[in-house]
Amino acid sequence: MKSKLNLDPKVVDSARQHAANIAHDMQEFIERHTTVSTERTIVRLLGVDGVDDVDTPLPNVVVDQLKEAGALPTGAAYWIGNAIVQTGKTPQEIAEEMAAGKLDITKLPTCSQEEAAEALKPAIKATFERIDMQKAKRKEYLETIGEGPEPYIYVIVATGNIYEDVVQAQAAARQGADVIAVIRTTAQSLLDYVPYGPTTEGFGGTYATQENFRIMRKALDEVGEEVGRYIRLCNYSSGMCMPEIAAMGALERLDVMLNDAIYGILFRDINMQRTLVDQFMSRVIIGYCGIIFNSGEDNYLTTDDAIESAHTVTASQFINEQFAVLANIPEEQMGLGHAFEMDPSTEDGFLLELSQAIMAREIFPKARLKYMPPTKFMTGNIFRGHLQDALFNLVTVWSNQSILLTGMLTEAIHTPHMQDRYLAIENAKYIFNNCRHIGDEVEFKKDGIVQKRAQEVLKKADALLADVEKEGLFSTIEQGKFGGVKRPFDGGHGLEGVCTKGENYFNPFIPLFMDHE
Amino acid sequence: MTDNKTATVQVDLTCVKPYGDALNDGKVEMAFTLPVPYGEEAEECAKQYAKKMGFEEPNVTYYCELTPGYTFFVVYGAAQVTIDYTAIKVPKVEGTVMDRVECGDWIGENVGRDITVVGASIESDAHTVGIDAIIQMKGFHGHFGLERFKNVVPYNMGSQVPCEALIAKAKEVNADAILVSQTVTQKDIHIKQLTKMVELLEAEGLRDKVILTCGGPRISHELAQELGYDAGFGPGKYAEHVMSYIMQEVVKRGWQKKPNIEDR
Repeated sequence: MKSKLNLDPKVVDSARQHAANIAHDMQEFIERHTTVSTERTIVRLLGVDGVDDVDTPLPNVVVDQLKEAGALPTGAAYWIGNAIVQTGKTPQEIAEEMAAGKLDITKLPTCSQEEAAEALKPAIKATFERIDMQKAKRKEYLETIGEGPEPYIYVIVATGNIYEDVVQAQAAARQGADVIAVIRTTAQSLLDYVPYGPTTEGFGGTYATQENFRIMRKALDEVGEEVGRYIRLCNYSSGMCMPEIAAMGALERLDVMLNDAIYGILFRDINMQRTLVDQFMSRVIIGYCGIIFNSGEDNYLTTDDAIESAHTVTASQFINEQFAVLANIPEEQMGLGHAFEMDPSTEDGFLLELSQAIMAREIFPKARLKYMPPTKFMTGNIFRGHLQDALFNLVTVWSNQSILLTGMLTEAIHTPHMQDRYLAIENAKYIFNNCRHIGDEVEFKKDGIVQKRAQEVLKKADALLADVEKEGLFSTIEQGKFGGVKRPFDGGHGLEGVCTKGENYFNPFIPLFMDHE
Repeated sequence: MTDNKTATVQVDLTCVKPYGDALNDGKVEMAFTLPVPYGEEAEECAKQYAKKMGFEEPNVTYYCELTPGYTFFVVYGAAQVTIDYTAIKVPKVEGTVMDRVECGDWIGENVGRDITVVGASIESDAHTVGIDAIIQMKGFHGHFGLERFKNVVPYNMGSQVPCEALIAKAKEVNADAILVSQTVTQKDIHIKQLTKMVELLEAEGLRDKVILTCGGPRISHELAQELGYDAGFGPGKYAEHVMSYIMQEVVKRGWQKKPNIEDR
């Protein structure tokens, strides 16, 4: 297809190549390391679930004991496999005995790595049967009741109480939502464990727990059957437990997960080594399970200027794309993010937003682009806010975005009320329908404002990526080139949970999850 | 036909009510949801509810079903209650508001040393947007942040900072003022967290040795004072408002020659 923005394909290829080199460079680091959260993910995928008598999740119990014994470099998979060989018990029974203080799995006689791997096979088989069943169920729904057209209408629920969330989510689906995201409670991203069971207390959101996932999945399947449209469920594979939550999402059939290679480093001050190792494990799972990941580039524009720093968004999209390629994620599952966040008082700001959005679509033609609404310049004047959202919706349909995070007129006031969601969805549907083919009809003036802007942003993104490739991603982040936020290599949360893999380390899940088309 | 030939009559500020297109018509537009099934009974229910709220001639201009059991309304009504505007007293942050350059110069002339501030979005609040708007060089909406002010040394600790860590930093750098930001207000979490900050400062014997301010989209000066803060900054307030207050307060308290917390 001919570029409407007259983008130079050579510049696009150059930027993509720089990003690929950056990701490969990081991958070497990633493959030499593991983390406590990656190991807990393995433990979960071996079927360990539940909590001990002081509510510590059993995956934490297992991995903490291994860490204290200095056994982490060999990996949880080996130790559990060995314990199966030596005791004949299941991973769950082994974890329960460790919690009760009856078993120290690092003190057992040791078998070979091959024997341990063999002993894990039944547990791994059971997990894949469950995940494959969930993939088949999604496929069956999409083939029978179908789905809404793109752009998918994505709304959030955030009451803090999973049962209240269900009421809000079902109402939103009936009003036309295609994706429901359950916003997490404030501060969950910094917890180094995943809470357990159904929860009814949270601030600004609801805890991501496997039971809460299950409750919401069931509710959305019910309402999906009622409205004749598959309703996708979204949550956050991010923060300190990024890969564990991806595993929970795989088991409970989440469809969309927020997951970014760099976001946690910049915006949650999570250590960069930790996040990069964790994102690999999480993305390998996401890729296999047909989950769309959403990267968080939109956030750069809440701390940095959307006009001056637009190229950092484009550069990060290239990097997120290339990390996803390394995790074998199909393009259709790449929900690269960006946002409509320019100061609304900017003359011709609409043209700049349009240019940026069409550029993202042209560079990533098959990606499930996620477009975020205005938040930074929402004022509490709901009438003006509704108009800002309308312009955002117009750019969305014009530039063929895939996932519309629906802007709320009450943004900056409160988490959405039921009527806010209705008004927001009505706004989006009106504009989508009324302007459905505007993108096919309109071309841009050669070297006009829209074309020139896109060319300039792409050029700057390419230059930034060249720079990052030369400096290395770690050092670029240390210098604050993304989102204007500086983070040190050895700073932030969770560094103590990073460990170099030992000689006999193995993670049986990586090759299995990577093995798909 | 009416005898009234003038467009308006003189407003009586001792009993004001909303203005639609004529003085004292009391016109108010509102939108709300009732947890009742959609239908004519729902419309009547909304009308009666508006009447009970004190609106005459309630007019449901639009209503629709949000989901079974919930109906959304747009309602107009004529308010009856009035307020005596002349009796209103609003606590305001004292002092003159100067712009960024004037603040820098004023500090140079009147304080004679740098003013140090530390700021953070505290406890569970993960939002940096508020504290960044005040401190970060770029500021917000064309209003530069404190990092760009002359004679001001700001420390931005970011979000999810425990109160204890913020106080420790204030002691470490001998802050003249602490800036606390709170964005999330669900279930009044901000009240609890702001209160904790005051209590900890008091427990450490530091409350009168620093200027304590807070800010956020749902924070007013009045609320801030109720909670024990010296000043509060809500929507539409930028770095220059915050610094204008702090620098004048430093002089008022005679801290020009007391850069160290323990001397105050």
